[in-house]
Amino acid sequence: MTTAKTAPPPIAMLAELTHRCPLSCPYCSNPIEMALQEAELSTETWTRVFQEAADLGVLQLHLSGGEPASRRDLTDLIAAAQKAGLYTNLITSGIGLSEKRLRDLDAAGLDHIQLSLQGTDAAMADEIGGYRGGFDRKMKVADWITKIGFPLTLNAVLHRRNLHQLPDMLKMAETMGARRIEVATVQFHGWALKNRDALMPTLEQAKETTRIVTEARLRLKGRLVIDYVSADYHSKYPKRCMGGWGSTGLNVTPDGQVLPCHAAQTIPHLTFDRVQDRPLADIWYNGSAFNAYRGTDWMAEPCKSCDRKTVDFGGCRCQAMALVGDASATDPVCQKSPHNAALQAQANTHAAHDRASFFYRSAPGKTPAPTE
Amino acid sequence: MEAEEIPVLPRGVRLHYDHIREIWVLLAPERAVTLDAVGHAILSEVDGERSFGEITQKLAEKFNAPVDLIMQDSAGFLGALRARRFLDVSS
Repeated sequence: MTTAKTAPPPIAMLAELTHRCPLSCPYCSNPIEMALQEAELSTETWTRVFQEAADLGVLQLHLSGGEPASRRDLTDLIAAAQKAGLYTNLITSGIGLSEKRLRDLDAAGLDHIQLSLQGTDAAMADEIGGYRGGFDRKMKVADWITKIGFPLTLNAVLHRRNLHQLPDMLKMAETMGARRIEVATVQFHGWALKNRDALMPTLEQAKETTRIVTEARLRLKGRLVIDYVSADYHSKYPKRCMGGWGSTGLNVTPDGQVLPCHAAQTIPHLTFDRVQDRPLADIWYNGSAFNAYRGTDWMAEPCKSCDRKTVDFGGCRCQAMALVGDASATDPVCQKSPHNAALQAQANTHAAHDRASFFYRSAPGKTPAPTE
Repeated sequence: MEAEEIPVLPRGVRLHYDHIREIWVLLAPERAVTLDAVGHAILSEVDGERSFGEITQKLAEKFNAPVDLIMQDSAGFLGALRARRFLDVSS
């Protein structure tokens, strides 16, 4: 195998174990076209992929979905990842986890849990997740996590409808003994792109969120670490997406496609290799999708001559594709983009849709049995 | 960090030798911190039993350096880890 090492080895891998999920959050980052259950990789294939990832240089393995607890072999998968020497992080809504199952995951060597938070009360959380009883169950799961002693990060996904609950979310994180909270304003990919009217924060909300986070970071220093993802459309500069395309991380979809980022399938001219067909290291170093936007050679103006080009790498390729129709354009969130003024106006229009209702994500399920 | 305080790596934070990059790293929730020789030497002494004073005394002897300087450097390094919740301290 030839591996022209055009990039450093990846640090992190996101294993999307399944697209199945009991929740149907309207901002789900899964693609609109989801992988069916029977197309999901087997326990044996994931086990091989985890070893290939470790041999490639991956240190952090994020087990996600959909809801990873929907995989019956989750404990076996954690054990396999642990055996490969990877640091294992379970990204979950908590639904599908019992105390017994959490104890099994503990015994299998699970390192850390990231628990999602849709709201601070059942009325809010269950409406957003589209799953009645979900919040109460999540609170039970949080208790078990604390009791067993797993390090915990809360992942609070924020948008126009629940941003006012941020102070209570911070309190919840403290009460639960979480070491960290991710205050993540919704990024508009996947299903969220369809729900911009219902989810877009107002400019005032975006500013208030930054103020609350800044104050809380000082107040909670050394007790609770706050990672903050600001409201994208209201920012001046784009985000350094994935730390730079093909530079630090990779994603594997439930059916084995290897992506440079979770939304990469929205770029129509890219083709993706599968772990069933090609070794992971070969895909990382030589795969066409990974080399498409690596480094800075692909850039056009205004990125090409910009002094921030290795700071944010032109922002998000998938967002440029979705909003400007060109994946090699400057992310329109950037104030230097010729499309930025239109984006700001568009954001304000979305944010003014007071009564917009949610368009929930659907479940991938199984292929319907053929009718005779 | 006071001399009598006892630093400890909490659950979910551990030293790891990265065979691919041939470096020591500190693995923590969703983070990997690259360690230089000094950082690795300090964390190798953190066992959850010995105090900061005992650890820095040992490092001073090992590296034949003034203990005050070792204490200052170690306090800065461990303090930064503590602020990120990668290190707990008991007294």
